[in-house]
Amino acid sequence: MDKKIKVLIAKPGLDGHDRGAKVVSRALRDAGMEVIYTGIRQTPEQIVATAVQEDVDSIGMSCLSGAHNKLFPKVVNLLKEKGAGDVLVFGGGIIPDEDIPGLKESGITEIFLPGASTEDTIEFIRNNVKQGV
Amino acid sequence: MSCTDKKARLAERQEQWQGMVDKALSRFPERKENFSTTSGIEMKRLFGPADVDAVDYNEDVGFPGEFPFTRGVQPTMYRARFWTMRQYAGFGSAKQTNERYRYLLGQGQTGLSVAFDLPTQIGYDSDMELADGEVGKVGVAIDSLADMEILFDQIALDKVSTSMTINAPAAVLLAMYIAVAEKQGVSSDKLRGTIQNDVLKEYFARGTYIFPPQPSMKIITDIFSYCKDNLPNWNTISISGYHIREAGSSAVQEVAFTLADGLAYVDAAVKTGLDVDDFAKRLSFFFNVHNNFLEEVAKFRAARRLWARLMKERFGAKKASSMMMRFHTQTAGCSLTAQQPDNNVVRVTMQALAAVLGGTNSLHTNSRDEALCLPTEDSVRIALRTQQIIAHESGVADTIDPLAGSYMVESMTSEIEEKALEYINKIDDLGGVVKAIEAGFMQQEIGDSAYAYQKSVETADQVIVGVNKFTIEEAPPENLLRIKQEMEIEQRKSLAAVKAGRDANAVDDSLKALREVAESGDNLLPAIVSAVKTYATLGEVCGILREVFGEYIES
Repeated sequence: MDKKIKVLIAKPGLDGHDRGAKVVSRALRDAGMEVIYTGIRQTPEQIVATAVQEDVDSIGMSCLSGAHNKLFPKVVNLLKEKGAGDVLVFGGGIIPDEDIPGLKESGITEIFLPGASTEDTIEFIRNNVKQGV
Repeated sequence: MSCTDKKARLAERQEQWQGMVDKALSRFPERKENFSTTSGIEMKRLFGPADVDAVDYNEDVGFPGEFPFTRGVQPTMYRARFWTMRQYAGFGSAKQTNERYRYLLGQGQTGLSVAFDLPTQIGYDSDMELADGEVGKVGVAIDSLADMEILFDQIALDKVSTSMTINAPAAVLLAMYIAVAEKQGVSSDKLRGTIQNDVLKEYFARGTYIFPPQPSMKIITDIFSYCKDNLPNWNTISISGYHIREAGSSAVQEVAFTLADGLAYVDAAVKTGLDVDDFAKRLSFFFNVHNNFLEEVAKFRAARRLWARLMKERFGAKKASSMMMRFHTQTAGCSLTAQQPDNNVVRVTMQALAAVLGGTNSLHTNSRDEALCLPTEDSVRIALRTQQIIAHESGVADTIDPLAGSYMVESMTSEIEEKALEYINKIDDLGGVVKAIEAGFMQQEIGDSAYAYQKSVETADQVIVGVNKFTIEEAPPENLLRIKQEMEIEQRKSLAAVKAGRDANAVDDSLKALREVAESGDNLLPAIVSAVKTYATLGEVCGILREVFGEYIES
């Protein structure tokens, strides 16, 4: 039997809007995944340290403050530095369309925008997590 | 016909009508098995006289401007003066935001409302590492008095009322406002406005806390006390349900948790020796207005009535002004859709109308593009025009509380009051708001409601037009307002210039004095006012307080 997919849901930066992060955490748990939620106000360093320590398969970051262009890529770079570049990274929040190509280029595999369903997120993780490779 | 005869006749007719309903149902089933509000209150097929049997007009409804204020807090309401039209705004630098303020005032806005960026809200300067990427993003960046002077340039502070959405560092921003006014030659007793200063909800719904609950409550009561003597026209707190609702609560939870926070502040102030009738009239509130129109109207009426009763019963308030709940309302940001954003104009219109029919004292209407970015000038103008159209064209402001006496609205008002009081009693049983936060009670309740709502949207049980029904293929939106990355660099440069140009000894002395006051337990405000006048930065002042009071860590 496959082991449970382990996901870290993280709130980088100073943004306190965590309704989405909490709803997604709960939906992933209901879908049978193991979910760790960091709580708000995490630095990229803290997020990556937790991800490495918990050996997660995926990190989902939520940012509604507009600081995503700084914070999301920083997490990806730190993951690579720590030899955890294979962790699947995705994000969500108030993110202008024009920022998405740059974020994807920096290693964020998918960006979920307002109105996205939790089903889409669940399916995305199931299809993209590289498990036990 | 006697009263008993009338009742019997009513029951008979009700039965006849039920027969018609049953016949209709057998041919045309209703759209849903159960109709209910966000708070799980049943929306009956029809409300009638029996639903308001328990409502006593004199006791429960009364007259506007009189206890329990169900119908509004002023005797003539909008016939004298419309609600204050106050659009929350702030982005980038103080200069950019000042331009937006002067634009809005020029368009007929009647009050200012300052949005600060997150570093400012959490007491960090723009040059601190944790501010990286956040400077000027969700509001204006204020590092020192120098920024505040630019923010209110050419705006006469004795003429305008200003609301500031600032919580943990509220004392510092208020001190800067006092200092700017002084430079304009306006004494602090002339100042009108509001600081949000509601830290309790930050711990469970909004997130911009700094200090642990105990010193936070101390700072808040210091502000009450300082303003009582120095800023008699200032609203010392805006006890906020807005963010509780945005975090996902129901309407009942919004009322309950907001009023529970309010009771905690009053209790803390009374314990420091303040007389409830000396400070309670300066307490103000802030609510959300969401989509369920009738529930929202009833919510406002219920909140006013419940607060009045609680102030009278629990604290023995004697003055009417101590029991009167005055509140600002903002349309629900979380109800805006990124899809077909022009539809948001319609949502905002209906929400704003509910707030007006609920008797709000001031109002912010959201802009159509806020699910995408900060609002553009065009979008903000439409949002403001929405209020102006309701005020000047719809006619609803010409008579007071026009939905009173509706079987449905009165019944719903009573039910919301009752259910909110149950929550407040439950929080009392848990040992009060701080204990309830530590136990995660509100967080859990709000989280459950948010998740249930999300599920109802995903199953399309709750239709969101343009999102899960009536969708179209859309081109990416254009003309969005962006804050340029260079802004952060510019802000750091100007902060460096302020630091280089100030009297360093005066700054050091003022910060040393502040530390002594903080350690002694005396009122912090005079020392904070002195410190900001030396151009000590927000981060420096909050830094001292962080060292003395410690920081709150979310569990």
